[in-house]
Amino acid sequence: MSKKKRLWKRIRHSRVWKSIFRHGYEDTKRNRILQIRSNIFLHIHPAKIPSQAGKIRFTWCMGGITFFLFIMEVVTGILLMFYYRPVTEYAYLDMKYLEFDVPFGLILRNIHRWAAHLMVATIMLHMLRVFLTGSYKPPREFNWVIGVTLLALTFLLSFTGYLLPWDQLAYWAITVGTNMIRAMPFIGHEGPFAFVNKYNDIRFMLLGGTGIGPNALLRFYVLHIMVLPAAAIIFIGLHFWRIRKDGGISRPL
Amino acid sequence: MRKEKEKNIYVWPGLAIMEFLTAIALTIILLVWALLINAPLLEIANPGISENPSRAPWYFIGLQELLVYFDPWIAGVMIPFIIIVCLMIIPYIDNNPAGRGEYTFSLRKFALINFNIGFLMWLILIFTGYFLRGPNWQFYWPWESWEAAKQVEENLWSLDPVYGLAGLAAYFGAGLAIPRLISPRFYRKCGFKRYVIVMTSMLLMYAVPIKIFLRLVFNIKYILVTPWFNI
Repeated sequence: MSKKKRLWKRIRHSRVWKSIFRHGYEDTKRNRILQIRSNIFLHIHPAKIPSQAGKIRFTWCMGGITFFLFIMEVVTGILLMFYYRPVTEYAYLDMKYLEFDVPFGLILRNIHRWAAHLMVATIMLHMLRVFLTGSYKPPREFNWVIGVTLLALTFLLSFTGYLLPWDQLAYWAITVGTNMIRAMPFIGHEGPFAFVNKYNDIRFMLLGGTGIGPNALLRFYVLHIMVLPAAAIIFIGLHFWRIRKDGGISRPL
Repeated sequence: MRKEKEKNIYVWPGLAIMEFLTAIALTIILLVWALLINAPLLEIANPGISENPSRAPWYFIGLQELLVYFDPWIAGVMIPFIIIVCLMIIPYIDNNPAGRGEYTFSLRKFALINFNIGFLMWLILIFTGYFLRGPNWQFYWPWESWEAAKQVEENLWSLDPVYGLAGLAAYFGAGLAIPRLISPRFYRKCGFKRYVIVMTSMLLMYAVPIKIFLRLVFNIKYILVTPWFNI
């Protein structure tokens, strides 16, 4: 045995190595199961799945892709937060800063933007697939409800992010969107049966004012980077947990 | 059919490898996309100069498009609210046990046809709002120039409240009664409560294209006018 191999063997039999890696890598059935079971990231999977359940032509892979895009959004979003200030004086300048000064800043913002658009599309396709395969039927009813919640959260995440560049596109799109809230029955000041005025209705609460200004920018920012992602992470966790608990990956039960 | 296909595979490495490969492929796609096309950035926000047309983000354009046909409290609030609620109750009102976890059309015709019509309507509204609307939200074919001004508003009229109320009552009344008479089997399978919920959500969904049709063909602005709200 050469010196190198002996050293390698010693390392792999050391207490430190064994404390980190609990099993070997030989292709045995036991190791295949342990590979999933003893890894926190992989253990959301079962050790085995029915062969036809993992086929792309059955699942379209849309749920997984949506989840991956969400991770992508979190990573690029955190990186963008280093360069972006949610203040009307700076927000737009920081966009230009990202475009012209920050190394790879433009690519970073592009990925964040396009992945967000893609995520809205893939979550809609995922819903379509789940409906077409009847995968909302008992015992998976409640997971469908969680899924619809995640759909709504994705829309809201995307919508709140839309304002942050603070350009004309953002400003007027959010104007169109939030003007509709004025018309909410009872709690919007232009809606039917309104008992509020424009200084205390639901739109004022969302925007922190009667129009889109510094308060609205800050509120959308906090919703976008903290409140909604936290809610999404909780519901994603629930969603995956319930897949395992409610009959596993979609297939005839 | 299920028995013969029931073969289990190990997730490691089969599925896990596929997931990693998908992640890598997606990363490459996004990277190339980001290198080729820049995210839009217009002039700095200016409350004094409005974009014409100002569009909502594409996934909300369906709702913005509905503003042509409905008042904001319906298009922007009630319709999305009803869509979300109806989506959430689907598993509880669909008591057809067939096609659980598999593709089938013949066993679930009713559910699949109606869901797909709804899905398609959403896409058509997005497409219309995104590609076929010009300044002042007027309708322009893609080959028409936005320079040519469109006639602003046709002569719209509203139904007399009495007729409007009668029309709505007839629509929902007939919509609830006729399917029951035509297919007593469907009614029996549902039971009274489920039948009413299913048919009401269906009637609400199909009321949207009907209102669009009435508006486009007969220039009807409101079906029902009341002092508090208009439909």
